[in-house]
Amino acid sequence: MMADTHFDENGLVLAADGTPLKQSLARALRAQKIRALLLIAPLLLFVTISFVLPIGEMLMRSVQNTAGTEYIPDLMPNVVEEIQDWEPASGEMPAEPVYRALAQDLATAFENRNHTQLGRRFNYESAGMSSIFRKSGRRVSNWDIETDGPFREKFLDIDDDWGNIEYWATIKANSGYYTTSYFLAAFDAQRTSEGIQMKDPDQRIYSKLMVRTLWLSFLITFCTFALGYPVAWLLADLPAKSANMLLILVLLPFWTSLLVRTSAWKILLQQQGVINDFWIALGFTERMSLINNQLGVVIAMTHILLPFMILPLYSVMKTIPPSYLRAAKSLGATNTVAFMRVYFPQTTPGIGAGSLLVFILAVGYFITPELVGGADGTFISNRIYYQFSSSGNWGLAAALGTVMLVVVLLLYYIYDKLVGVDNVKLG
Amino acid sequence: MSGNSSTDAFVAFEHVQKSYDGVQLVVKDLNLAVPRGEFLTMLGPSGSGKTTCLMMLAGFETATHGEIKLDGKPINNIPPHKRGIGMVFQNYALFPHMTIAENLSFPLEVRKIGKSEREEKVKRALDMVQMGDFGNRRPAQLSGGQQQRVALARALVFEPELVLMDEPLGALDKQLREHMQFEITNLAHELGITTVYVTHDQTEALTMSDRIAVFDDGRIQQLATPDKLYEQPENSFVAQFIGENNTFEGTVKEISNGQAIVELDDGEVIDCTPVNVSKPGERTLISIRPERVEIDKSRLKEGVHTLKAEVLEFIYMGDIFRTRLRVAGQDDFIIKTRNAPDQVRLKPGQQIEIGWLPEDCRALDA
Repeated sequence: MMADTHFDENGLVLAADGTPLKQSLARALRAQKIRALLLIAPLLLFVTISFVLPIGEMLMRSVQNTAGTEYIPDLMPNVVEEIQDWEPASGEMPAEPVYRALAQDLATAFENRNHTQLGRRFNYESAGMSSIFRKSGRRVSNWDIETDGPFREKFLDIDDDWGNIEYWATIKANSGYYTTSYFLAAFDAQRTSEGIQMKDPDQRIYSKLMVRTLWLSFLITFCTFALGYPVAWLLADLPAKSANMLLILVLLPFWTSLLVRTSAWKILLQQQGVINDFWIALGFTERMSLINNQLGVVIAMTHILLPFMILPLYSVMKTIPPSYLRAAKSLGATNTVAFMRVYFPQTTPGIGAGSLLVFILAVGYFITPELVGGADGTFISNRIYYQFSSSGNWGLAAALGTVMLVVVLLLYYIYDKLVGVDNVKLG
Repeated sequence: MSGNSSTDAFVAFEHVQKSYDGVQLVVKDLNLAVPRGEFLTMLGPSGSGKTTCLMMLAGFETATHGEIKLDGKPINNIPPHKRGIGMVFQNYALFPHMTIAENLSFPLEVRKIGKSEREEKVKRALDMVQMGDFGNRRPAQLSGGQQQRVALARALVFEPELVLMDEPLGALDKQLREHMQFEITNLAHELGITTVYVTHDQTEALTMSDRIAVFDDGRIQQLATPDKLYEQPENSFVAQFIGENNTFEGTVKEISNGQAIVELDDGEVIDCTPVNVSKPGERTLISIRPERVEIDKSRLKEGVHTLKAEVLEFIYMGDIFRTRLRVAGQDDFIIKTRNAPDQVRLKPGQQIEIGWLPEDCRALDA
């Protein structure tokens, strides 16, 4: 047998034609690999374009120091250069060269019609800066840089705020291509002349929203588990025919528009709604507030996300033969003991999968909290949406999104350490 | 048809009926008594009601009518966990999230037995099935045969007096199955426990059991020791279900001195023993085992009827020869002859005469 095997001088096995066997094998497999790659290429391309690139773009926006589409140092090259010599801690206004540089840069910005965007960018950091930029643009464009100096007095003529040291400190702090200020804002912190500080407690909205989002998502996950487990068990236990019927009922919400379902809850839960009317009919005098608060969000989202808990649970329970419970009972265990020690531990992969699915979906939920959340039931995603659409502060929205992404990945990591992702079974 | 009287039986079914849908009975008036220490097998095709009977005994199904008694006491209303019956399941049902030792410890824990005693009993039970070194493994790390042993040890670890087994060897390959058959019967007899064993494999039933209850259509067709069941089947179902079997249809011509003469449908006449026939003119099914057919005329009794046969096929099977003949117009008549030095090897086309002892040929219900 060994006589058929050929070796080279290093003891490696050679193929029949004398090439090393490994090389020969790789060549034989190459065609297969290329074919496999071609098969997944369309999806790979799609995912790259529609998922990887946008997320990368979003992550970048959270640190890019831009106004509109251009970086601040490109819009204000002269100011950025001159202001390096000025120290906010000195307590004095910047010197004339800085004002002269500002006049130059503002004039160019006005020509290019982006001086208001510059103002808006600095307004995110210090409220009030938007108006002085807007006010100054046209007037500065009429000045002659060579002859009309000194400019400090002229700027102070336009607005006294051009002498505000905090504003100049803001400009200096945000004069780089990249900035941490969006992330600071996402954590309710800000940069002041005394360094990085937390905002006043009554202004800390994002940390509050983040905690609320995580807590409500956890609560919703628990509710779907408490309601879904018995249903999944029933489904797994029933004969196939009736189980299919029930499964369709479970899936029915999937085929109904999310908006319709959420609106239906509005009708049911509102002050003059069906449930409250019934409540009054029972003889109670006070109507309950069931919607436009956290309770409403929990009720509606538990209902909407329930199938995501039931389906993984069901698919795991389906694989547990009834003989395990029978065996436990024949060995002397009561129904409760048999369930707790034999059945329940075997369903943990399903509980893990369902909880992870529901929790991650809940954390990022937007429409339902927007519609039924009222003032105290909105999620972080509603705030992110607001920053994107109404406020136009894409940098902050991106930073909040990034924080959310990191928090979810962190929770996923903790979950992996505690339960083990290998134990997650979706079917 | 029931064996011992049910008063001194350890397990007794009295007029038990079972229906799942209220329309059809899957078990029809079952009476069965199993004495202490017996290895009884319930044998039958699928759907014959044997597993239902086992489940009723274990407590997972309730009898629609009748009474099941364990050691003289009715157990119809006792839940399964209080019956104290060991059970081995078809797929073993070893708890996958527990180690082997934890699996065995489980019945002892729920009985609130102390830790040291528990460990000792688990060890003894594992040693009993030669699995002493596997306590820390998980069921998935064991082979089918090893899992089977553990399942057996788990069913025995709390020292039940009755053990039920539901086709426990079905998933094993032939060689292992034969080995386990031997081990299970040895263990059961050694420990003196009563065993009720369910299988659809007749060889398994014949090799393992003290007695076999053959089930069909919700009834016990015959309850007997393996040799009686094989050699003296009481009806045509049992004759055809157990072992290989040649059959003819015919009409009884006369019955005298415990012997019958039957005229086959093509006019030939044979001798046989009447079992389910009582008077001339009745239709009957004749059953004769292939290995009881004699091809050497000199070894037959004087005056018995013989049949002409034509050899169609000769198959060499090692220990035996299997020959297919055309007899009385049927060409599926099989005979088996031992591969002995002086045994004749028939050739296709050969014309021979066959016969048998009247005791070996049974006239059953048509």
